[in-house]
Amino acid sequence: MDIKNNALAKTARAYAGGGFGKRAAKDFKRNYSLYLIALPVLLFYILFAYKPMYGVWIAFTRFNPAQGIVGSPWVGLANFTSFFRSHYFARLMKNTLFISAASILFSIPSAVLLALLINEVKSKAFAKTVQTITYMPHFISLVVVCGIVADFVSLDGLVNKILALFGAEAVSFLQMPEYFVPIYIISDLWQEVGWSSIIYLAAIVGIDAELYEAATIDGAGRVRQVLHITLPGILPTVVIMLLLRLGAIMNVGFEKIILLYNPMIYDTSDVISTYVYRAGLENFDFGLSAAVGLFNSVINFALILISNTLCRKLNETSLW
Amino acid sequence: MARPSVSRKVFVGTNTVFLVFLCAVTLYPLLYILFSSLSEPESLLMYTGVLYKPLGFSLESYRRAFSYPLLFSGYMNTLFVLAVGLAVNLTLTAFGAFFLTRGNVMWQRPIALVIVFTMFFNGGLIPFYFTVKDLGLYNSIWSLIFPTAINTFNLIIMRTGFAAVPRSLEESAEIDGASHLTMMFKIIMPLSLPTVSIMILYYGVAHWNAWFNASIFLRDSYKWPLQLVARQVLLQNDTSRMAAGAVQGSELAISETIKYSVIVISTLPILVIYPFLQRYFVKGVMVGAIKA
Repeated sequence: MDIKNNALAKTARAYAGGGFGKRAAKDFKRNYSLYLIALPVLLFYILFAYKPMYGVWIAFTRFNPAQGIVGSPWVGLANFTSFFRSHYFARLMKNTLFISAASILFSIPSAVLLALLINEVKSKAFAKTVQTITYMPHFISLVVVCGIVADFVSLDGLVNKILALFGAEAVSFLQMPEYFVPIYIISDLWQEVGWSSIIYLAAIVGIDAELYEAATIDGAGRVRQVLHITLPGILPTVVIMLLLRLGAIMNVGFEKIILLYNPMIYDTSDVISTYVYRAGLENFDFGLSAAVGLFNSVINFALILISNTLCRKLNETSLW
Repeated sequence: MARPSVSRKVFVGTNTVFLVFLCAVTLYPLLYILFSSLSEPESLLMYTGVLYKPLGFSLESYRRAFSYPLLFSGYMNTLFVLAVGLAVNLTLTAFGAFFLTRGNVMWQRPIALVIVFTMFFNGGLIPFYFTVKDLGLYNSIWSLIFPTAINTFNLIIMRTGFAAVPRSLEESAEIDGASHLTMMFKIIMPLSLPTVSIMILYYGVAHWNAWFNASIFLRDSYKWPLQLVARQVLLQNDTSRMAAGAVQGSELAISETIKYSVIVISTLPILVIYPFLQRYFVKGVMVGAIKA
């Protein structure tokens, strides 16, 4: 015991004494193999996260890949001002916020509702079956889901076949701007509602059973139990999920939109990230695209910071 | 307990009916695709109304889809990315998580900050694109592996899993003179198997679904992963090479059923495996939600 204490005291002294250089040298001598393990990890972050951050410089140039970042002509804020002045700006902001908000508005309440309904099922086997089936679309890849959607809403697709039974005329839904958001939301619900209900179901199961017993003794009916015990019980989870979604409100399902949209419906479907993609990789206006991307990143940064601080305050749960 | 009231019975009945209906709505699109893929192309094209079973029976579209070289190469590329990519993901993520859970390391806090900061801010698409290109990864299948080697969310989940391993077990290994690598692979990883399996599932599903990076980095179509091939067939309607050679006038019909069979071929494997893995996935959601 004494020996061990002595050794500890020695290490403590070694760490406390000496200047920064000395401490760093000691630390390196002791931990060099750990730093060796961290090296590839750091390399990854430098190459694929920090080097692109340095690349935001592109936003302030008329970038030409042949000349490189430093060699390209510096244009100051010109890329930003031309974006803010263009008619795209208002449209992109509106679509981004609208699609995000609509998707949050539909997805969270329906997932909560589904969790409540599954929770009311007495038969374990039936509940399990419902879960297995409603989780299933989550495992179909996005490309295939979008392929299915595009096929179903096409002129001779399933949706039109069903509508024809009621005498409706066939419509090419993906070519009409007013249908894009509904298509986006409905397919999203089909794919994700079951899966997103898991977390609420877990929260419901976690509620103390004694609360229900007490309520039953007090004569509270089923509905009142749901209103006064279940819903308040899962409220923290709902709020956290809501905050996380709000923090990411500028990141709409960009891959899904790229897969589904077309020039005829840009009016309602084009969002900031799809515009960044088109401006940069289809029209090769790299400076403009990087500027719009940077604008988006900065707003995101602020939003994530806010939502995370709120989460932390509310529940001592946070992103990190 | 009192006998269920009438209103309770009505509720239970309605709830059951609703949930059955929900299951039907979820499943029907998938069944419709399966039926269509097995139907005779000509009759499907003429048919109006809802399908309850295949119209006739034909495997012609599957025969054509299977003989499409890109579908095969796509499958192979996806399997390659899954195997190699997962190995890279797991190794690097475990390295990071291991480093972050060691005690008494001077530069640990600053390095943790460097890592976490990337969750808040990123350079955006264009700088990312040129970074990958400058590294010589353009038109290389490694562009699907290295740029996505670590997902910081997953790294944090893994760190939490590693941190839960009791210190006493690590100490006894230290006394036995275990090196860091032995410690990680022989002690910590086996003791955090639930976390490791969740990592495999998360990274695996991400690789299986990925198409965007492939679409911007891979020029040669024979290097494409399955999802990008599926996009070409399903969303850019490029079935001409598979439908070619059909009897004049029936190309349109056959290309429709080819689409359906491509959906089945590229989705069935995962839907067959999924019910067996469901348990782990569900656990993963919880762990991710609690730990993140």
